Amino acid sequence: MRRRTVEAVALGVLIGVAAGVGGYTFAYAKGYSYLMNDPAACANCHVMSEQFSGWTASSHRAVATCNDCHAPSGFLAKYANKASNGFWHSFAFTSGRFHDPIQIKPHNLEITERACRKCHADLAVAIEGPSEDERNATSCVKCHRSVGHLH
Amino acid sequence: MAKDAGAKEARQTAAETEGGGRRTVRLVAATAAISALAAAGVTALLVNVFERKQEARNPFYRVVEISDETEDPAIWGKNFPLQYDGYLRTVDQVRTRFGGSEAVPHTPTKADPRSIVAQSRLEEDPRLKTMWAGYAFAKDFREERGHAHMLDDQTFTERQQVVVQPGTCMHCHASVYLPYKRLGNGDLIKGFEAMNGMPYSEARKLVAHPVSCIDCHDPQTMQLRVTRPGFIEGIRSLEASRGVADYDVNRDASRQQMRSYVCGQCHVEYYFKGPEKRLVYPWAKGLKVENILDYYEEVKHKDWVHAETGAEVLKAQHPEFEMYNQGIHARSGVACADCHMPYKREGALKISDHHVRSPLLNINNACQTCHKWDEGEMRARVETIQERTFELRNIAMDALVQLIDDIEAARGAGKTDAELEAPRKLQRRAQFMLDFIEAENSMGFHAPQEAARILGKSIDASRQGQNALRAPAPPAAPPLESPPPAAK
Repeated sequence: MRRRTVEAVALGVLIGVAAGVGGYTFAYAKGYSYLMNDPAACANCHVMSEQFSGWTASSHRAVATCNDCHAPSGFLAKYANKASNGFWHSFAFTSGRFHDPIQIKPHNLEITERACRKCHADLAVAIEGPSEDERNATSCVKCHRSVGHLH
Repeated sequence: MAKDAGAKEARQTAAETEGGGRRTVRLVAATAAISALAAAGVTALLVNVFERKQEARNPFYRVVEISDETEDPAIWGKNFPLQYDGYLRTVDQVRTRFGGSEAVPHTPTKADPRSIVAQSRLEEDPRLKTMWAGYAFAKDFREERGHAHMLDDQTFTERQQVVVQPGTCMHCHASVYLPYKRLGNGDLIKGFEAMNGMPYSEARKLVAHPVSCIDCHDPQTMQLRVTRPGFIEGIRSLEASRGVADYDVNRDASRQQMRSYVCGQCHVEYYFKGPEKRLVYPWAKGLKVENILDYYEEVKHKDWVHAETGAEVLKAQHPEFEMYNQGIHARSGVACADCHMPYKREGALKISDHHVRSPLLNINNACQTCHKWDEGEMRARVETIQERTFELRNIAMDALVQLIDDIEAARGAGKTDAELEAPRKLQRRAQFMLDFIEAENSMGFHAPQEAARILGKSIDASRQGQNALRAPAPPAAPPLESPPPAAK
């Protein structure tokens, strides 16, 4: 066998091993489930169990999934947001460095506030007027904290 | 010339081939190194995911058998190391603005071998000595410490040297579930009655631990249970006053109620009834301060005769359960344990924090689970309530001390018992109401408006007592007004 061939095979083996271990880890950690809409995926790691079980008993359980309130609309925006949150959530959970009880970050809170208006736009406009300026926005969840999950 | 050129070319080719070989080797080595690192990283992640999945299975290892005869908390701790770890931490002494305790060095003596105690409340506020004149509390009264110290602090207080305390005290200063059962040959109530009748020193020999696991937990199921006869009988009398017959707390209470009732076993107002020194929680008419005063009038109870005024007075004792029940948290279904033993995460496990302490030392878990304000804001809200209560408490304290001084002066000037009857009655009332808030460990927080209402009534009673002293003919003491009814 020519030396080139040996080297190519060696390289192939290395790439194959990395891909295999990576692929197995992805499957074992149910990585594919995060690309879907099933709320159970968000409770894959037990840290979100409280939020998930709260949601199953909430007023919105039949009309909204996690993504409906926590991901922005639009295919690209939704998956970009899922990728970013997915990475940082995994990083926090793996390293064990996160605030407990869990607190939502301002950017994600804005997404949620906008999500209320996806369905309740008429109501929101009736309260706030037709202003597009977000600084005039009322916070929905300040009063309606438990519609999705209490804690 | 041509030969030269040929040789040069050959040398070049050889060098190139050799150089190319080295480059390939380096490339493969570098790729191997990088992919090895990547594989190691991914494997580490894989193992981490695996470990987290294992955590989520909530493992519980039963390494020792626990029965209804296992008193030593260290044995329970083998099965429940995380809870036990928190329980041990109740040795901590940390101050809060109005509570907690400070470690004060103490020279060990034969009578009191403690090298560390808590700060003296009598030195902080000498008016307490006037209020309790003629009672053991005027001799020694220190800030309460954590659960771990309950037995020692009771055993070695100087109050023991002034009065012979009964064995009844053990009910709440030691793990008495098993000692009671042994004394009563398996009957808790019989054992309770037997220990009540002993002198303290004799009862002390029968107990070994401060409050322990077995005092609140069923050893088979770990469910909460009430083991203290005082509470079993007290809550039964309270429920009877509400029209519920034959209330059995261990049969009828909900899980969430139990998360307060196990604390209410001891954090209550009480008295020792009759020569048999039976421990009784005075709840037969209700939990409010007027209900309790009414009850004491009816059974003609007094704790001591005030040394300066001759009034038959009462000592209120840490009525946290009674006060909490008048507050908004109780009304919202929040239990003692929700704030004093809030849930915390240990890996994937969620356990209630057995380091029982002031929520102000644990604001994140105690308050912020429900209240979405920052820690500084939560502390400020609590302390605002406490500062206001403290201000009223000081006004009430001054008013009471002035009434006591006035009665003492009138006594010295030869006023008769008949003339002093009304002022003394009012002193008893004012003093009990003030002490109800003073002895209650929250400086008003458990029920802010109720605390203010009671202190207002205390101030009024003190001033009415002074007016009664000045009246030309001895007046009758005004009747005690009932508390406003609770909204349904």
